[in-house]
Amino acid sequence: MFSTLLQNLFNALQWGSFYSMIALGYCLVYGVLRLINFAHGDIFMMACYFAFFIASWFLGNLAGMPGPIIFGLTMILTMVATSGLGLFIERVAYRPLRKKGAHRLYVVITALMLGFILENGNLAVLGASSRRFPDMFGKIVFQFAGVSLTNYKIIVIVTAVLAFALLNLIVNSTKIGMAMRAVSYDKFAIPLMGIPLNRIITFTFILGSSLAAVAGILFGMSYPVLDPYMGMIIGWKAFIAAVVGGIGDIKGAFLGGFILGFIEIIVVAFFPSSYKDLIAFVILLVILSVKPTGFFGVAKSTKI
Amino acid sequence: MDNAITLVNKKHINLWPAVLGGGALIILGLVLGGVINQYIQTVLMFIGINIILSASLNIVNGYMGEFSCGHGGFMLVGAYTSSILSVLFFTKSPWLGAPLLPPSSAVFLFPLVIIGGGIVAAFAGLLVAIPSFKTRDDYLAIITIAANFIFVSLVNNLEFIGGSRGFMGMKTTIYAMEDVADLPFTLIWTMVFSTLSVFLIRRLMRSTFGKGISSIRHDEISAEIMGVNTNNMKIVAFMVSSGLAGIAGGLFAHVLGFINPSSFNIMKSTECLVMVYLGGMGSLSGSVLSAVVFTFLLEVMRPLQILKWVIIPLMLILLMQFRPEGLMGNRELTDIFPKLKPYFKRRDL
Repeated sequence: MFSTLLQNLFNALQWGSFYSMIALGYCLVYGVLRLINFAHGDIFMMACYFAFFIASWFLGNLAGMPGPIIFGLTMILTMVATSGLGLFIERVAYRPLRKKGAHRLYVVITALMLGFILENGNLAVLGASSRRFPDMFGKIVFQFAGVSLTNYKIIVIVTAVLAFALLNLIVNSTKIGMAMRAVSYDKFAIPLMGIPLNRIITFTFILGSSLAAVAGILFGMSYPVLDPYMGMIIGWKAFIAAVVGGIGDIKGAFLGGFILGFIEIIVVAFFPSSYKDLIAFVILLVILSVKPTGFFGVAKSTKI
Repeated sequence: MDNAITLVNKKHINLWPAVLGGGALIILGLVLGGVINQYIQTVLMFIGINIILSASLNIVNGYMGEFSCGHGGFMLVGAYTSSILSVLFFTKSPWLGAPLLPPSSAVFLFPLVIIGGGIVAAFAGLLVAIPSFKTRDDYLAIITIAANFIFVSLVNNLEFIGGSRGFMGMKTTIYAMEDVADLPFTLIWTMVFSTLSVFLIRRLMRSTFGKGISSIRHDEISAEIMGVNTNNMKIVAFMVSSGLAGIAGGLFAHVLGFINPSSFNIMKSTECLVMVYLGGMGSLSGSVLSAVVFTFLLEVMRPLQILKWVIIPLMLILLMQFRPEGLMGNRELTDIFPKLKPYFKRRDL
């Protein structure tokens, strides 16, 4: 009984790590721009594909290299590629709207539509056959006390925690992090204080996309089948996780991801797995109806 | 000027019924005359369904200024309810047994089945309406998305109505109706329901109740201070909106003859959103126009297959960049062509 519980705990931590890393990306952009970046789930999907191509290329051309080095190189290049995509989207779609002072809703619609373009563009270019993510290093299974852990699982959990720690450090203890918090606090006073707003936003998108890239590689390694619509449902769920934690606060988004991961794994442990979405969403609906700002969010008073 | 006004006031002609009724009769004539083939009939039916969908979503997203992105979920509720009712009452099925009523009575009772689906969907709308008392903006958007996911995965798990394999048998009802009289019943009822819902929304939005709904968009707190019962307004707006979506879903189910939960997922909701924003928030004629344009575009681009779903979002992005207010903004057709005004305006306004 205890070992089953522990096994599920580790599964939930791994599953929650993905939600957390994607939720952090939503949360960063939301905190700075007050924009739900609905394309973020699909940026994650694209990160999986970038990682797939980069890793395949490395494994094909640098066959003698040890796995961890290929993994590291893939990670760096994927982060660069995904950040490039995030920045491209920001530059082409969001910034012009921001310059025009368009209503927030129009930016949200643009984000939704960008998600569709990424999904279906991918499908149109690469075809419908789903791809298998290459193995960069062998899977090692550790057994103790009836619990089986793979090295992948440990890497996922450790990376997610490290990524959050780093992000927390950046947001809370660096100058640019202070600027990010300032933008989130009052967007109109920021340019008056001599803070370059666009540079801060660019940096935010790089951070968010890099997190999506990390999540993408790890997801590809853990669940090696890629398809163009994989980003949609996981993106929506990560977004909901961010909201449950309290969007606009990175601690909340991080915890929200794990909460959602736990809920889903527990549901799967006791019910048929098709009930996963149903029960997870019902719980989320209840949480939001009772505490609309999420666990860590701060209610904003509206001025008349 | 003064003269013109008196002239206008003397006329008091409301051309809406004449235009719509005439149009419907012409279409019916063309269908019976064999000029319009089955394919164009189907496109016309989809136009009608999309008109209901975009106009009803416009109540919440346009007039009330909230951001609901789960319209497909309510469509699902309506579609399944009316399909089950229709199969239960009018057809012999392996699951529900013999028809409870003679199949020929479907000719008269078919609209009731569709309306039944709408009523159940309206109550499903409460699931979103009640949290909206406390929640706004992005959080409400999540609740609507969650509601959509909940409906879809609920039906996926209900094995006795087919689960993810879908539900069928509604065509038998249509055939039973066509046995009584050889008329294109689905087309007729789609046109009737879409016309009625446009009327309903127009009347609702012009009533004091509708002004209350609009006041939530402008400033909810001020509205409340002025004595508008905003909770009441929200319940009515969400229920009317989701109820009409349910009616559209019921029609959709009977046009296709087969439904499964994944045809009402978040993609369907996004289609509805696209139509509302293409037409312009808070413009009824915009919604109708964009439903027509959008359905037409989908059909024209059918040969492009998957690229269609790249081009349509791209068009919408360009629209958001260069004409963010949509085709019509918040204006009506009569604001663009003022000469039409006397024919479409109500006396007491």
